[in-house]
Amino acid sequence: MYIIVIGGGRVGYYLTKALLSEGHEVVIIEKDAGVCKIINDELGGVCIRGDGCEAATLAEQGTSRADILIAVTGDDEDNLVACQVAKYRFNVARTIARIRNPQNESVFRKLGIDITVDSTSVILEHIKGELPTYPLTHLKDLGEVGLEIVEVRIMPDSKAIGKKVKDLPLPPGSRLSLIIHQSQKPHIPSADTTIRDGDRIIAITTPEQEEALRTVLSGT
Amino acid sequence: MKVVIMGCGRVGARLAGLLDGDGHSVTILDTDTYSFRRLPPTFKGNALVGNGLDQEVLKRSGIEDADAFVATTQGDNRNIMASQIAKNIFNVPKVVSRIYDPLRQELYSTMGLDAISPTTIFAQILRERVES
Repeated sequence: MYIIVIGGGRVGYYLTKALLSEGHEVVIIEKDAGVCKIINDELGGVCIRGDGCEAATLAEQGTSRADILIAVTGDDEDNLVACQVAKYRFNVARTIARIRNPQNESVFRKLGIDITVDSTSVILEHIKGELPTYPLTHLKDLGEVGLEIVEVRIMPDSKAIGKKVKDLPLPPGSRLSLIIHQSQKPHIPSADTTIRDGDRIIAITTPEQEEALRTVLSGT
Repeated sequence: MKVVIMGCGRVGARLAGLLDGDGHSVTILDTDTYSFRRLPPTFKGNALVGNGLDQEVLKRSGIEDADAFVATTQGDNRNIMASQIAKNIFNVPKVVSRIYDPLRQELYSTMGLDAISPTTIFAQILRERVES
């Protein structure tokens, strides 16, 4: 595939390295001449100096034949514009934008960007998953089908402990998919599975029912 | 009319003064309080510190019931993004933005944004002066 990466910072650099090693044709567009030189010295002549939001620069790189454009600069607005120019001027089928302000996810979706990767939320979720005070962590957001995969840890004060799955008042659209407990192999729960202290439950739910699911499985 | 202006540079501040003088209710946003020194001493509107790309800041500026939104920061992409938020998220009836880059201005105009490129306009004016 032909992939254009906008922004030669750390994310752009490692992304390009990974894409190249998978055999893709990759071009990075980066404004800073010094950064371009470093990348070209290390990865070969893959980096072009220029403004990835400018139609002229994108035209020179043959953007109309690109399969994907990925914008990973540090500024949300630059990533938005690079993706929109690629999409609406060059008809690039798939545009991916990195965002830093979590609020912008819905904005970008509404403005036609195919996929957003919210680096701030990814880091926050990883940290929250390690904090004992956060029983529910987002593992994956399946935005296009309106579902999400979450992990819920059963705390000692949970009112679900000792109950069978079939007796839990699970909210609509929510399903417990996997139970992980130290003492045994991870297993798919049945209606008669009993919830125990220390269980880690991988569940599918909707963003609307997430809070209700958390309530059913936690103490409060 | 209720107007929100993003960017209190020379153009933003001057526009704010003009609209305020015409009796409109004006709120002007900038990330730097120092920029508000450019507002005329007679300015009766609101000056609000904050980033106009942040929806919370925009809500505080009263964008939800604004009649018009104008983006006049130094950054084309910031103006483009804020204008699209005003138009598509907050449904502001009249949205105008400054885009210096003529190619970008053309593209976003065809996409339905009311965008003005001072570069194109000023070059034309200069040409007329030179050739007259």
